[in-house]
Amino acid sequence: MKKDILKHELVPDHVILSKSEATKTLKKMDIHPEQLPRIKSDDPVSKAIGAKEGDVLEITRKSSTAGKFVTYRLVQD
Amino acid sequence: MRGILKKISQIDFGLMSPEDIRKMSVTKIVTPDTYDEDGYPIENGLMDPRLGVIDPSLKCRTCASKGGECQGHFGSINLARPVIHVGFADTIHKILRSTCHSCGRILLTDSEIVDYREKFDTLIRNEESLTSIIKEVYTVARRDKCPHCEEDQEDVKIDKPVSIVEGNYKLTPSEVRERLETIPDSDALLLGVNALPDKDGNRIARPEWMVLTVLPVPPVTVRPSITLETGERSEDDLTHKLVDILRINQRLKENMEAGAPQLIVEDLWELLQYHVTTYFDNEASGVPPARHRSGRPLKTLAQRLKGKEGRFRSNLSGKRVNFSARTVISPDPNISINEVGVPEIIATEVTVPVYVTEWNIEEMKQCILNGPKVHPGANYAIRPDERKIRIYEETKEAVVDKIEPGWVVERHLKDGDIVLFNRQPSLHRMSMMAHEVRVLPYKTFRLNLCVCPPYNADFDGDEMNMHVFQTEESRAEAKSLMRVQEHILSPRFGGPIIGGIHDHISGAYLLTRKRAIFTEEQVFQILKKAKLPIPNRTGENWTGKQIFSQVLPKDMNIVYKAEICRKCDDCLKRECKNDAYVVIEDGQLLTGVIDEKAYGAFAGKILDHIVKEYGTDRAREFLDASTKLAVSGIMKAGFTTSTNDEEIPQEAKERIEVHLDNAEKKVDQLIEAYDNNELEALPGRSLEETLEMKIMQVLGEARDKSGEIAESYFDINENHAVIMALTGARGSMLNLTQITACVGQQAVRGGRIDRGYSERTLPHFQKRELGAKARGFVHSSYKEGLDPIEFFFHAMGGREGLVDTAIRTAQSGYMQRRLVNALQDLNVKEDGKVTDNRGVIIQTVYGEDLVDPAKSDYGKVVDLDKLIDEMRIKTGK
Repeated sequence: MKKDILKHELVPDHVILSKSEATKTLKKMDIHPEQLPRIKSDDPVSKAIGAKEGDVLEITRKSSTAGKFVTYRLVQD
Repeated sequence: MRGILKKISQIDFGLMSPEDIRKMSVTKIVTPDTYDEDGYPIENGLMDPRLGVIDPSLKCRTCASKGGECQGHFGSINLARPVIHVGFADTIHKILRSTCHSCGRILLTDSEIVDYREKFDTLIRNEESLTSIIKEVYTVARRDKCPHCEEDQEDVKIDKPVSIVEGNYKLTPSEVRERLETIPDSDALLLGVNALPDKDGNRIARPEWMVLTVLPVPPVTVRPSITLETGERSEDDLTHKLVDILRINQRLKENMEAGAPQLIVEDLWELLQYHVTTYFDNEASGVPPARHRSGRPLKTLAQRLKGKEGRFRSNLSGKRVNFSARTVISPDPNISINEVGVPEIIATEVTVPVYVTEWNIEEMKQCILNGPKVHPGANYAIRPDERKIRIYEETKEAVVDKIEPGWVVERHLKDGDIVLFNRQPSLHRMSMMAHEVRVLPYKTFRLNLCVCPPYNADFDGDEMNMHVFQTEESRAEAKSLMRVQEHILSPRFGGPIIGGIHDHISGAYLLTRKRAIFTEEQVFQILKKAKLPIPNRTGENWTGKQIFSQVLPKDMNIVYKAEICRKCDDCLKRECKNDAYVVIEDGQLLTGVIDEKAYGAFAGKILDHIVKEYGTDRAREFLDASTKLAVSGIMKAGFTTSTNDEEIPQEAKERIEVHLDNAEKKVDQLIEAYDNNELEALPGRSLEETLEMKIMQVLGEARDKSGEIAESYFDINENHAVIMALTGARGSMLNLTQITACVGQQAVRGGRIDRGYSERTLPHFQKRELGAKARGFVHSSYKEGLDPIEFFFHAMGGREGLVDTAIRTAQSGYMQRRLVNALQDLNVKEDGKVTDNRGVIIQTVYGEDLVDPAKSDYGKVVDLDKLIDEMRIKTGK
């Protein structure tokens, strides 16, 4: 039986950013994509949302200090 | 000087070939002697002048630079016979075991070789570690028959430390070297030796280089000889060892040339091997350490590097520094928390460099005139050309005449200088804080009692270190970031870590309790002592609360429950009969007493409020003044404690006795019920566990109840021990009731005591006895005294506590070390990004909410309840 892992409470929301959104975000943070933390392209979540190498994911997770927290990851093989 | 930025792309760790050693060598060392009769170094001896110079007046024969600038040059010794390097004996053994003894090929089939080579290539390409795969090769490449030349293989063993044995035959180092020579470069790679030549034909390593034919001789700078006061020369341990090697080498060579019998040559060879082995490592297992004439083992190469006293841990990771001082600390309640009392002896020794300008030249001249011995003096003057001139009593006048703007004077430490003060273990940033100097008589560092908690210091002989800043930049930075007042709030929990302790708290309680009334005379004395402004005379008496209000900010509003609050079900608020409901309106303490919750370290609400609302300057003033008020308060009332404070009437003792007897009876009933199988098991527990739990519960309640009975006879108004316990100054109510009423159950491993003899704790009991006393319940109080059985159980529980703390500190120390190593290079950028030293992002927003815990309200962004309370007071309820 296969479950949709994206619906699990411990899996935060992952969204693939479009090229323009990604450049905008990186520019806002003043960094190169290589400076971002990585996520493997064969990570279960990457596979579930169909992320390819070089994509930037926006991850929104619950935070005990801030309530909601947005971070980014670069997909890597 | 501007540095050139270059990125290191690669570091090779390899072996030195005999050619490399010879190329590096400036001279061959032949003679085992150092100096001739006239004291001149012998050519081709161990102190050959070409090896470098130490004496600054001589020039180096090799590089022509002066002594002190020349870092020295290596020489070499040609060994008469090859010798195995101890450090590589293990590797040599592993390589020989995995290669054919006749053709030298690795004991892998051709297909395996192709397989592994591919794996190696991918790992190297990905810059991953090869250690695990090399280990695998060593286990796979062990065969009885060589797959290449079909030769039968004999097992190769190692006889520690350096003997390689094949079957029953001990291989000589020459044979070992010959075998290693036959291994092809490509096979060596699979064995972990990078023997492939690069495009220039240079190799990083070859297996046979692990057997020495030439021995490098370190320069004299590495092994300097010391001249004793008697004029006698004493050589370094390494030199001694090299002399031994040279002597044996010489004898071996002579014997071989003379065609001596094989046996003698082999003996000498063995001896040479021993000396070379101990030259590298004098603690190698299986070799008796080489000793000095006095019997002390020699300190050879490995010993110089290894361990706590070795080069790494003692000279590279940690160093001794100049401009620092260390001495015993003692308390001084009259100096500010920002200050540190520095003994005059230290102040005249450590110095601050001051640039001479036309504005301070007179002051500096006065310092120099005072000389190095009188306090605000100076020790050195530095000319504009950076020559350092020591100031002596005799020369000071000459220096004063020459001094002019542009010079630097290293003057003594004086009041108001900023220094760094530190107590080990430096576990958090509050372990190193910047203090202002107060030069004081006597020989100890003096510090304000409020800074004891962050340093975790007491005065039972603790020592602390002081470092003097040497540049304006460091002073400015320390003053704004590291000053004590900037660390009143701890980043650990967002509350004060610096604050009143012990007598400050008892004192403040005595000062502010309801019945504390003072005459105007007394009030003026107290205020004067705290350096507070003296108000106009009115002729009326003051309450202690009015006195304390003098140190509060005039517009402060706060409401909280004091430490002495008994947590009644129905809070009477301002009408509290314990005076535990603290109300401060417009800077006036209206109700409530001042205790630990007000300005104690770790708990002080008023202090916390002042730092956050009025800034650190105001907080320092408050703390300095309020602790002085508290000290006056305790001196006016008088304070003492003794075992009389733990005395209760006979009637109370009887009540406690009855209570404890009942509890013990109840335990017996429970055991009886268990024996008769009438006990019902709790869900998820066995019958035995249920019984144990119930007994523990009954005995726990019994102890608590007996404590409560004792407590009801204690009166906070006349018992100083109780004042200390309830205000949070020192000790707890549990401590007091254990002294007066009942010590209670002793525990080992979280349960009642159940170890010792077979099925019983002590032979005084029946086997399998489960009663209260048989399992470590201490019925007596400390004051009554424990009987021998109770005493024994108490010692068991106490020992466990000691062992636990010892283990906990060791474990948490190691964990802290690893955390610090992992996190030390992280840094928070202006916009809140957390990055490592390469710029890779660890967290996009610091702490996910960008809150500095040291500036937060106990870790939260805002404390709404507190804000609402304040506003309620401001608007008039």
